Amino acid sequence: MGQKIDPDLWSDDPTPHLMGGKLPSGEVVFPMPQGDAASDVEPYKLSRQGKLWSWTTQGFLPKDPYEGPGSGPNEGPPDFQPFLLGYIELPGEVIVESRIVDAVLDDLKLGMPMEFCIVPFNQVHDTFAFRPTAAAKEQAA
Amino acid sequence: MSENVYIVGAGIHPFGRTENRTGREQGVFAVRQALADAGLDWTDMECAYGGSAAAGSADIMVNELGLTSLPFTNVANGCATGGSALVAAQQAIASGMYDLALAVGFDKHPRGAFNAKPSDYGLPDWYGQTGMMLTTQFFALKIQRYMQLHGISREALGRVAEKAFRNGTVTPHAWRRSEIDLETIMNAPMINDPLTKYMFCAPAEGGVALILASEKKAREMGALENHGSVKIANIAVRTRPPDSFEVFQAGVSVKEGGKPTVLASKAAFEGAGIGPDEIEIAQLQDTESGAEIMHMAENGFCKDGEQEEWLANGWSERGGKLPINTDGGCIACGEPVGASGLRQVYENVEQLRGRAGERQVAGSDGNGPKTGYSHVYGAPGLSAVAILER
Repeated sequence: MGQKIDPDLWSDDPTPHLMGGKLPSGEVVFPMPQGDAASDVEPYKLSRQGKLWSWTTQGFLPKDPYEGPGSGPNEGPPDFQPFLLGYIELPGEVIVESRIVDAVLDDLKLGMPMEFCIVPFNQVHDTFAFRPTAAAKEQAA
Repeated sequence: MSENVYIVGAGIHPFGRTENRTGREQGVFAVRQALADAGLDWTDMECAYGGSAAAGSADIMVNELGLTSLPFTNVANGCATGGSALVAAQQAIASGMYDLALAVGFDKHPRGAFNAKPSDYGLPDWYGQTGMMLTTQFFALKIQRYMQLHGISREALGRVAEKAFRNGTVTPHAWRRSEIDLETIMNAPMINDPLTKYMFCAPAEGGVALILASEKKAREMGALENHGSVKIANIAVRTRPPDSFEVFQAGVSVKEGGKPTVLASKAAFEGAGIGPDEIEIAQLQDTESGAEIMHMAENGFCKDGEQEEWLANGWSERGGKLPINTDGGCIACGEPVGASGLRQVYENVEQLRGRAGERQVAGSDGNGPKTGYSHVYGAPGLSAVAILER
């Protein structure tokens, strides 16, 4: 396991949860606000299960401040690993933007069940992602 | 109080790449062209508003244009920089304080997609570090969902780009001036699925200047006759309402919220006292093909899903029932952020005055369009709409 890309982004439970915030109005937001904006906001463990809301591919190396493969001092576009990303609707809570793993583009369908996971990001850091719930079951089997 | 405001002069520096000219020099070029178009001298200008996103301050232009001591206000409003400069110039005249005002926007961006710093947008660093802070992703994510919900095909995305390049071939200020066929567009490298390389606009360079006048001044200049000017019927700028879905958003509300474009469009139509069916030409933000499609509906020109039929029938072509992005839009012109919104207004001014040359749209009476609509959208969720009439 690498270091967390952000210490407060997900909980440290054995079964980690992405951390959002609950406003005084009861509305759930993501990410947890920072600084003064966080004063009335309760940290809130988001659901690990959701539904796919939209998706796309990232096929080219993002510019700075990207820190993934291909961004290093002696690296370039050939070192980049294309990835999937999208929005996952956590019912009754919030729709979160996330990497999508354990899937190929053609697998992805609007509304398909998705599950939260932690994945290696670069040589130092882990980040969060969602994967199709079916793929998660296969891995467990 | 609110006086009528007219656009009496328009100038543009060709969009694209101009190696030996700074962004601001391209702005100065556009100002000189607008002055010549209006038959005015720089010394006539009473106030000025302008800016760029990445090419420095506008007020330094007085070094080249002349030290006339006029009040020159720098505008820094991201993608709405040009639109906000236009609003400021319009308000200066509508208030009755001035009779002549300049609005200018210019830019010069490095090649490749824009890169943004998370903290500038109030976002945590991980959002940029993990590769999620890209404007291109937002547009792909928005159109992907829209296509699923409203039955828009990938081919419709291709047709928007094909039209843009076709319009670019007859537009002297466009960057991309060659046609690209549908098959090439569809089979080009994928940037962010479902959007290929040719469906996106690219950061570019360019400058646009518009000269605004009070009715009294426009009459004195003889600009109210013979297609010499167009009237600003209304301009509306709106930022995002609650629960909306915008560029650079790590979390979106589960409640479906409003859209800044819908709000700006409604306000502009209400202010102008006309409806979408009375518009004869439109320039809509086409950061990529999907944006033009979604903005057709958000601006009230069709219902969600009807775009498929529009594009299959060529209704948004120059000869169609509502020509859209007649100069090739952002896809053919590129997007110098500070100038892009003003380019749309420039195109409508030229079309309404019957000066658009090979790309001239006939309009309902054959003398050019009588009404023109322009719409710009950008980060962090704002829209500006301008309705012009002659």
